[in-house]
Order: sequence, then C-alpha cells, then structure tokens
Amino acid sequence: MIPEIGHFALILALCVAVVQGSLPIYGAAVGSSTLMSVAKPAARGQFLLVLLAFCCLGYAFAAKDFSVLYVAATSNSQLPLHYRIAAIWGAHEGSLLLWVFILSIWMVAVSFFSTHLPEAMRARILGVMGLVSVGFLLFMLTVSNPFERLIPAAFDGRDLNPLLQDPGMVIHPPMLYMGYVGFSVAFSFAIAALLGGTLDAAWARWSRPWTTVAWCFLTVGVAMGSGWAYYELGWGGWWFWDPVENASFMPWLAGTALIHSLAVTDKRGGFKAWSVLLAILAFSLSLLGTFLVRSGVLTSVHAFATDPKRGLFILVFLAVVIGGSLVLYAWRAPRVGLGGGFSIISREGMLLANNVLLVAALGSVLLGTLYPLFLDALDLGKISVGPPYFDTVFVPLMTPAIFLMGIGPLAQWKKTSLPELATRLRWAFAVSIVTALALPFTLGHWTPLVSLGLLLAIWIVTTAAVDLRERLAHADGSSLLGRLAAMPRSYWGMVLAHCGVALFIVGVTMVKGFEVEQDLRMNVGQTATIGGYTFQFDGTQQYKGPNYIAARGTFRVSQDGRDVTVMYPEKRRYTVQNQTMTEAAISPGFARDLYVSLGEPLDDGAWSVRLYHKPFVDWIWGGCLIMALGGILAVSDRRYRLAWRHKEADVPAATQMARQTVS
Amino acid sequence: MRWLLVIILLIPSLAAAEEARPLADNPQVEARLKTLAVELRCLVCQNQTLADSNAPLAEDLRREVREMITKGMSDREIIDFLVQRYGDFVLYRPPWKATTTLLWLGPFLLLIAGATALVLALRRRQKKLVDVTLSEAEHNRVAQLLSEGANRP
Amino acid sequence: MNRFLLPLGIFVVVVGFLAVGLTLNPRELPSPLVGKPAPDFSLPQLHDQGKVISSNELKGKVWLLNFWASWCDGCKVEHPVLVHLAQSGEVPIYGMDYKDQRNEALTWLREWGNPYQVVAVDESGRVGINYGVYGVPETYVMDKAGVIRYKQIGPLRDDILQGKILPLVRELQNQ
Repeated sequence: MIPEIGHFALILALCVAVVQGSLPIYGAAVGSSTLMSVAKPAARGQFLLVLLAFCCLGYAFAAKDFSVLYVAATSNSQLPLHYRIAAIWGAHEGSLLLWVFILSIWMVAVSFFSTHLPEAMRARILGVMGLVSVGFLLFMLTVSNPFERLIPAAFDGRDLNPLLQDPGMVIHPPMLYMGYVGFSVAFSFAIAALLGGTLDAAWARWSRPWTTVAWCFLTVGVAMGSGWAYYELGWGGWWFWDPVENASFMPWLAGTALIHSLAVTDKRGGFKAWSVLLAILAFSLSLLGTFLVRSGVLTSVHAFATDPKRGLFILVFLAVVIGGSLVLYAWRAPRVGLGGGFSIISREGMLLANNVLLVAALGSVLLGTLYPLFLDALDLGKISVGPPYFDTVFVPLMTPAIFLMGIGPLAQWKKTSLPELATRLRWAFAVSIVTALALPFTLGHWTPLVSLGLLLAIWIVTTAAVDLRERLAHADGSSLLGRLAAMPRSYWGMVLAHCGVALFIVGVTMVKGFEVEQDLRMNVGQTATIGGYTFQFDGTQQYKGPNYIAARGTFRVSQDGRDVTVMYPEKRRYTVQNQTMTEAAISPGFARDLYVSLGEPLDDGAWSVRLYHKPFVDWIWGGCLIMALGGILAVSDRRYRLAWRHKEADVPAATQMARQTVS
Repeated sequence: MRWLLVIILLIPSLAAAEEARPLADNPQVEARLKTLAVELRCLVCQNQTLADSNAPLAEDLRREVREMITKGMSDREIIDFLVQRYGDFVLYRPPWKATTTLLWLGPFLLLIAGATALVLALRRRQKKLVDVTLSEAEHNRVAQLLSEGANRP
Repeated sequence: MNRFLLPLGIFVVVVGFLAVGLTLNPRELPSPLVGKPAPDFSLPQLHDQGKVISSNELKGKVWLLNFWASWCDGCKVEHPVLVHLAQSGEVPIYGMDYKDQRNEALTWLREWGNPYQVVAVDESGRVGINYGVYGVPETYVMDKAGVIRYKQIGPLRDDILQGKILPLVRELQNQ
C-alpha cells in the first residue's frame, strides 16, 4: 500500500509540475498576475508530494519490503538501517528520486527567498524549474519507477553493492546532487531573464548567491567523493580522471567560471551574454553527467547499471532542455546591452581571462572524456584517455589561472597599470620563488613539479597577504581589529576560497612528490619502516560483521620508539553478493596520512601488505572544505542578508535545514 | 646528529622484531613495473589501471611485463608488445597519431581561441561604448530594485 | 555567422555523437591482430598430455580457434552452437583450454559434448595474451596461410555464425 501511495504522489507531482511549468510562464508573457501567482503554491505543493514519495520509498527500505523491486535489488534484511536508508539512492531509480527531491527543495527555497524579485521574474524562474522537474518525473514514471512491485515478493534482497556500504554513501550523493541540481537555479534565472528580456545587471546580482551556494555544495560533494574513493577503493588514489568523476568536475569548473563572470556582470554590467551562457553551461553539464553515468556510453568504475532505453530518454531530454535554451540564447542574447567600459588590463579583464582559462580547462576535460566515444562513433579505433593525458594538459592550463588568481584581487576595477602592479607584487613574487626553490631541498629531493606546485600555492597566499595589508592601510578605523572587522564578508570569502585552493595545491604537490609506498610480505611479528614510522604486524583475526565476515589485521605503529597508533585494516567478504572488499586503515594527520591495506593471505598467517606514507594528503580535502567555507562566507555578506532577512521568520523546517547546512 | 639519534632509537625495535621483506623478489623491477602499469589499462575491468586491478588477466599481464623487464626490454618495447596484442586501447596515454592530434592539441587550441575571442570582444566593446551614461542608468535601476527588496516590509 | 549560434552548433554535434554512442558497446575491443599472421603456439593436448599440438601443423587449411574454459559462463552459452557446427563438418574447430584445471575441463567436455578436433592447454594464459584474449570465450578464424581473418569476442551466436563466419570460411576455403 505504502509504495502505491508513493507512486501516486509522484504522478500527482508530475501533474503539479506540468501546471507549474506552463501557467506561470504564460501568465508572465500575457501579464496575468493570477496565472503568475500559481507558481509559488505549485512549487511548494510539488515539494510536499515528492517528499511524500521519498518518505514512502524510505519506509519501504526501513520495513524491508522486498515486494518492491528496487528495494529487493539494492538492500538485504541484514543490511544495517542507516545503509538501508542510504540505499534509497544506491542505484538508478532511487537516485533519480533524490534528484527530483533535491530539485523540489531548491524550488521551495526559491519560492521563499525570491520575494524581492519582480513577480514576472519569479513566475518564470519557478516555471522553468517546473519544466525541468516535468522531464525528470516523466523519466521516473516511464522507464525508471522506484516503486515497481516484484510479484511474488523476494524472500530476501540482493543487497547493496558492498562498495557503497560506507558512511560516504550516506552524505556524498545528497551533497553532490545539491550542487548539480543547485545549478538549475542559476539556469532558471538565466532562462527567465532571456524569456523576459530583462537581462540586466540586477539579474547577475540575484543569481550570485544561488550560484555560490550550489557551487559550495558541489565543491564539498566532489571532495567527499574523492575522499571516499581514497579510503574505500583501497588503492590509495584520490582522483582517477574517470568519466564519472569528470562528469562532476566539469560542472564545477563551469560553476567556478560563472561565479567569476557574474562578478564582472554585477559590477560593470558587461559580459551578460557570456554569464548567461555559463549559467546554461553549468546546468547542461550537470545533465550531461546524469546522461554519462546512466547510459552506458562510457565505461567507468562508478557507473550505474545501464540501459540504452534510459540513455535514449535522457538524451532526448538533454536535447530538448539544452537545445531549447541555446536556441533561446541565440535568439535573445544578441539584443543584450553592453554595460560599462573597462580596459583589458583591469580586474574585470583578469576575471575574464581567468574565465577563458577555466573554460579551456573545462573543454579539455570534456574533450578527453568524450574523445574515445568520438573516435569509436567514426569507426577510427578504440583508445583510452586516462590520467596521464589529463595531468599533461591540465597543469599548463591551470598554472596561468592560478598566477592570475594572485594578481586579480589587487588589480583595480576598470583600469589598472601593469608596472604599478608589478611593483606592489615584487616582494610576494620574490618570496614565492625563493621559498618554492628552497623548500623541496629541505624536504628531501627537488623536482620541477614540486617547486612549481609550491610556487603557485605560496604565490596565492603571499599576494593575498599583500592585498590584505594594503586594504588595512586604507581602511578607516583606529584599531587593527576594527579595521579587520570592517572588511566586507564577501572579501573574506574570496580570500578564504583562494587560500583553500592554495592548501589544495600543497596537498596535491606534496603527495605526488613525496609519497612513499611499500608492498611487503609481512609475517606475524615482523616490522616495516616507512616515512620514519615503524609498523609492526600482530597478525589477523576473524570476525563477523552484520552482513560480512572479515579478517582484521592489527598494526602497531611507532615513531622513534614511541607508540603512535594502532591500525586495523580489513579484508571483508560480503556474504550475499560474495564480494571481497579491502577496507584500508588510515591514520590521518595534519602533515601526513598513514595508510595500510591488506592484500592477500600468504602461508603461515603472513599477508601481503601495502603501506603508504602520504604527506599532506588531507590538505587536498581540507582545501576544498575551505573553498566551500569561503563561498558560504561570501553569501552571508551584508548585501545579500538585507534582501533575505525580513523573510527569515516564516520559513518552514525543511528549508531551514537546507539553509543551515549552508551557513 | 639527527640521523644518529634516529638510528639509536631504532635499534631496540630492530632487535625486538624482524624486518619484513618486500613482496617482490626484485624491488627495482617492481618499481619499473609500477611506473609502467599506472599508464596501462586493465582490459577486463570497468576503468582501472593495470597497477590497481586484481583481475586475473591483469595479474597475468603484470607477470608478463615483469618478465619482459627482467629480460632487459625497454619501456618502448614492452608497450609495443602490449599494443600489438590489444591495440591503443591498453594505453591510458593515447599515442600521438593522426586521429589523436585534435585530442592533444585541442586544449591549447581552445586556449588560443578563447584568448583571441576575449581580446577581440574587449576591443570591439571599447569601440562600441559611446558613453557610460547608459550603464549609469542601469546601475541606478539595480540599486533601485535592490533597495525595493530590502525595504519591503 | 552569428556567434551566438556557435554554442548551439557545438551542442548539436555533441548530441549527434552521444546518440551514435548509445548504439555502440564501449567494452568491445577490435583486435589489432586481424589480418596478421596468427601467433605460433606449441602446447600439450588436453586429452593426451604426452602429445603436442602446434599451430604449424594447421597451416594449409581454414580452421577456427576457440578459447574456452570450464569456469566460463559464456562458454556454456555458445557451446551448443559449436557442437552443431562441428556436426556439420564445415570447418574444423580447435579448442584452447584457457587457464583451466585439466580434470574439470575433461568433465565439462564429457558433459556438454566435444566439438573440437584437438584441445590445446594454455595453462598459464600466455598464448591467450599473445592472441590478445581479454575474456573467454573468443573465437578466431584462420585462413590457409595461418592469418587471422576474424575475431569474435564473447559467445558465438547462430546469427553471427551464419551471417559472418561461415560465409567468410567458405570464401577462404575456395581461395
């Protein structure tokens, strides 16, 4: 009964979405405020209906209802409750429901935080979001219904893929989808502005906070996915340039470019058509990612079980949504005004140069990801494009972007003088060069890439310091603290996000340059020393988990004779799917991770063991978190709060929650 | 001095426990295998390198590569051996060929095209901008719209 | 040209490729060995370990080489097709027992029938690597000069046999 209620709620939600996607847009076109006023209640109604469906599926999982095909396929009676709940998005159908659910959360958020927008604009935005929702609901109800019954019911479920039985599964997909789907807001703003012909600088200012919030979620989502791969796949890698990873990275690059171009559009009113195109691009790439993951056109470690019928549906949907927007763009964008003037050498110019670099990087990822498909489609042979390619093209593209990242914030708006900039930055440059050249020697060995990485990271930090010092010198107020506090939060947000990038670069550089790895054959009682840490293997013990049996190894780690920690890597065999999983043990630290993973049992209780010493690896994810924090700080800036504050009081719990995770 | 200290401190633990042996008989060969294998694709897996995969074919291929290294074959020869049998698909770094020219040059062409487009667009803008009064009006409109939002009760 | 149409143009091209991509199988790998002389092998026979079967003995006739194993599920699927082909006597089939246990392989053939003239044993999988095998079953068509003319990846189906392999075999036999 409950699954039928969920199914019915989805059908109703589709009806509401159709209404939401048509009447308000028509109303805005003919100027009927009655029709436009449908948008808000429709968005909220749709949210409640999708929430109901989501809860119904959750209930089916919690109650182990194996008469629902999806539940039987992705869970098992022995699967712990929190993984049964996470199994809602453990495969194709349920993750689509999560997609739609998150879309409806964003719609409700727009309906509450858009009271300052002109009514027609709001009606169009919610209308466009409604149309996107129609597509996904149709997709679910036609070829991927999560509520489909299995008759007769299965005696027990086939269990969730053991790879997904991890705390990462509980939070990573919702975060990632909050980011992906969040770009639908910027997209809808752009389409609404194109539809209404009201593409002015106000559009940019309204879009900025939404874009930044979605970007923060996506940053955290991608970082969590990478962290998850790092400890769960057991190979010690954190980014594999896999098509599915690229599918999440491309919208991120587009979103990053969008944030920066919106700054130009907001400030100078220029490059509106470009910003609109980026807004369309960011969401289009999210949709493209959805297609790549689910259609089976590319092979990936992370892909869903694929079905060409589904692939075709998403492709048609993709063609309609993106194709339609680009037609609208080609039709309306030429009429957009120019905005204020600025010289090529100016803050605006640098932000746009940075855009060119980011988009070139994005184009490279897209090219590398789809190139094997292109060749195959033209019958020109099969090739693989992997990490060596991406590493080779990415570094030269990102290096100038990072260099500009240091200069940009110090350049004046409108026009700036290069010689003067050079004078202001000469100390930062000298310090960066000297430190970057010298530091690797003290760390052990020098390679050009290590020096380059450190140079870029130090450059970001030193230029930020120069900038801060200059601003403090010019700020009003007597005390240092007072002057610091007087800086706008959006400024601090930018500094923080840029420093996050610096930390990220340090992490990547140090791990690539100084990581140590050993493959050993360890007998009980034997030791191995790596990176100054001594690991003693105390043997393995068998134990039984809820739905697996495991061999758990014990490694006592000491440094200079003092005990540091005890690590317990595991080799698990999940009984239902009879799949073996390597659970690496990680001892995280500020300046290094220790990583132990069990290979295969050898004779006499000995095991093949892989040990890693990974210096500064956690800075990779720490850097991403700080980038996201920077974004949140920027969104909490006074000028955005002013627009929102008066509506705060009557926000329902669900959106409060959504916002609390933001701020 | 510091080295001495480390060595002294390590002596007790060395005395207490035996040092584990590397898994491979010949660590040099293993290191070369590793640098080769991270750029080679496991053919039966979804998308994994030969170094990361535990598939039986990957193990066989690692064994084969190991033997070729011991025989003193160069990296080039080893890669040719694999490409002859499995095609370019086995390489994660696509070879430079007529069909991959666009792949390798693409990023830099994009960059050049983007930079040119930006400079041209900025030049054209400068010429077209007759006066800034238009944008002043626009800015006032922004300010007005925003203050409307802020001051609404 | 309207530069605002450029994004749409690029998008249309990408969608076109994605649509073609839906009809392709990214996991199927064409062999670079087609058109080249088949790698030589000289291996013990499954039914008589003392005897050796070598690829040189097979020159001068058209033959099929089928890589299989008792642990392989796809092999069971294609097996009736092979048995049927062997009964027709149109072309000799040689088996390559790939990375298998001898006893299990023999039992398997007793149970499901033996379509092979001779079965060679590739215990280490080394011959498989020379042939670029990446998943059993795989089937090769050799011409009289010992050149690989066709490779079938995955289970042999009747439609592939009738539509591609047998016409090719007849053509090669008439050369």
